[in-house]
Amino acid sequence: MTTHISPQMASSGTQHGKFEPYVNNGGTTLAIPGKDFVIAAGDTRLSTGYSIHTRQSSKVFQLTDKCVIVTAGMQSDASTLHKTMHARLVHYEHAHGKQMSTEAIGQMLSNMLYGRRFFPYYTFNLVAGIDSKGQGVVYGYDAIGSYQSVEVGAMGTGQSLIQPLLDNQVAYKNHQLVPSKELDLERALSLVKDSFTSAGERDIYTGDSVEIAIITQEGIKYETLQLKQD
Amino acid sequence: MSNLNEENYEEERGGFVFDNVTRNMFMETKGYQAPIAMKTGTTIAGVIFKGGVVLGADTRATNGPIVADKNCSKIHFIAPNVYCCGAGTAADTENSTALISSKLALHRYSTGRQTRVVTAMTLLKRMLFKYQGHVSAALVLGGVDLDGSHLYTIYPHGSTDKLPFVTMGSGSLAAMAIFEERFKDDMSEEEAKSLVHAGISAGIFNDLGSGSNVDLCVIRKDSVEYLRGYDQPNERNYRTSYVIPRGTTATLSSTEEVLSKQLIINELDDRMEVAP
Amino acid sequence: MSMDNFGLYKLMHEDAPKNNNPLLEQPTLAKTHTTDPIVTGTSVLAIKFNGGVAIAADTLASYGSMARFRDIERLKSFGKYTIVGASGEYSDFQYIEEQVKQSLIDRDYQLDDGRSTTPREIYQYLVRVLYNRRNKFDPLYNVLVIAGYENGKAFLGQTDYLGTHFEDVTLATGYGSYIAQPILRKFYSEKNGNITEQEAKDILKKCLTVLFYRDARAADKVQIAVINDQGPKIDEPIKLETQWTFKGF
Repeated sequence: MTTHISPQMASSGTQHGKFEPYVNNGGTTLAIPGKDFVIAAGDTRLSTGYSIHTRQSSKVFQLTDKCVIVTAGMQSDASTLHKTMHARLVHYEHAHGKQMSTEAIGQMLSNMLYGRRFFPYYTFNLVAGIDSKGQGVVYGYDAIGSYQSVEVGAMGTGQSLIQPLLDNQVAYKNHQLVPSKELDLERALSLVKDSFTSAGERDIYTGDSVEIAIITQEGIKYETLQLKQD
Repeated sequence: MSNLNEENYEEERGGFVFDNVTRNMFMETKGYQAPIAMKTGTTIAGVIFKGGVVLGADTRATNGPIVADKNCSKIHFIAPNVYCCGAGTAADTENSTALISSKLALHRYSTGRQTRVVTAMTLLKRMLFKYQGHVSAALVLGGVDLDGSHLYTIYPHGSTDKLPFVTMGSGSLAAMAIFEERFKDDMSEEEAKSLVHAGISAGIFNDLGSGSNVDLCVIRKDSVEYLRGYDQPNERNYRTSYVIPRGTTATLSSTEEVLSKQLIINELDDRMEVAP
Repeated sequence: MSMDNFGLYKLMHEDAPKNNNPLLEQPTLAKTHTTDPIVTGTSVLAIKFNGGVAIAADTLASYGSMARFRDIERLKSFGKYTIVGASGEYSDFQYIEEQVKQSLIDRDYQLDDGRSTTPREIYQYLVRVLYNRRNKFDPLYNVLVIAGYENGKAFLGQTDYLGTHFEDVTLATGYGSYIAQPILRKFYSEKNGNITEQEAKDILKKCLTVLFYRDARAADKVQIAVINDQGPKIDEPIKLETQWTFKGF
């Protein structure tokens, strides 16, 4: 969106005129897929500028019994996207008598985002679920629907702090020696918690608390960890 | 500087040189971005009580959305009986308070008298006014001298206020809300400390530009108490450990050298431990 | 913070130097939308208490820096269980009130099934209305606070002209979010959420007083409303008591 400012507007000192339909509400999300599990998490701070709107706004939305979406970016677009996805998933379940697969949800979200190519949803999404082979999978997206399966994903204001750490500790990027042991759920969970407490130390938009969804074949469990309130 | 010959340059003593302002503005129109300075999106405040002044500050310094310093010190020394909280560009608050502090020290050596708060205030406002707001220092100046307790705010353009309770910085509204609700004349020292603590805390928790700890400074008639880390309400509550085996990081080349024959090297465990 | 929050200086000074270069002129739009609020209300505050929600606002609608209408109502009851408070463009709030009452509240009477629209339904509906208008680049310039009490449960939510929406135990819009919210959050956590109706009304009154001191668009004539199991009750306006005489002033 470009703003036209005529010389007399600039000289009057006030930014008069055009409506800005986007806002960044801050916050960080994260997802780690494992062999038979997947973890998705998001902090619960909702803010604009230097103000905290609320300390209890969820970024995690459950789509099916084995799939969740976590969204950073603009909250009103995120919630609209979540609601629309939910409606389509309910519709699908009624039509087909079963829940949509995680792979299909992944493609559906891409289509929905690209459908708004010229007035995009200002959202940065991670879809985390168990795929049809029973393995954990995470899809990462840009705002207009480009997506791919990722080894580990972080989005939002804390992305630049967390992603390099997790590339190294989860995907073992830049490692000469790769541990023979698979990343287990316990270690993945402690990495998620450490990532958020670390981001909370240095990113002013990440804090208050982190909501963690742990997805296995057995279902979805939720955990909450308090973060710093400052 | 380019248009000044050496002779003229000698005449320019102290202060900033503004020769490049026009060039810089031109470069900005061509897309050049000037380097960004560290700002202290801050909550600072001060309150007058029966026996003196209490100053307070948070300890967060930011660089855009990133916390640059989690425990910086925003209450600066001006004179033994005068202290000053600074908000704005970190370098500007640190240097302007240090400069005026130094001038006042010389003034004391010359006169042999205690520094008055109003003198510090006047020197600061003159300096800031001279630089027409380009020195981004928003200050809360407080102290006790032979005329009693004084509390000032000094704005970046050089205007000043003298009030019994003041706040500054991005958290000033949060802190001022608390002061407006609770301030009263002739408070005790404990009441004043509690009020400033509450004001700074309001900034820390409600303003994203402010955070970490509360620093206080109590200035009385004959003594000063600098309470660094008066309250630390934001300790980290979770940390995991990372074990990185030797050989994890790729080595392009290596050389070995004996440092000293006397040096005894204790062979350590074959891992590098970070954190507890 | 801008001195001319609403860009009214330009609006009222048509003799400001004009740009004569046709190449730099802005394209003329076929349809013009609200890009700046004109007649505005400032903060709305609210807090939950045991058995209800208290909500408050002053009675001023400003025209830029002019105190234009000094006795208007910014708190309105929406049906049996809800009170909505509005800051921002006052005409847009009047439009919303009219529309929502027609499409949600009157429908309750027509259906005559003994059920009324709940606070959360009104909240969600308002979120969708405001979000839809932002999608049309024709926003309704308001921040709304929705307070309700229904089926033994208190509700408190907020939504703005971008569709940003959330619920909390204390809420404040506009300058109130900088000045009143810190006071309200501190009060709520110190009381551990255990607050009586009177305490809730008192703390809101205190916040409005602080806002009157520090928000140049706030007034000292205010309304405090309560919604509980007795339904909505919006009190008549009261005058705030102020204190301007400290030693150092």
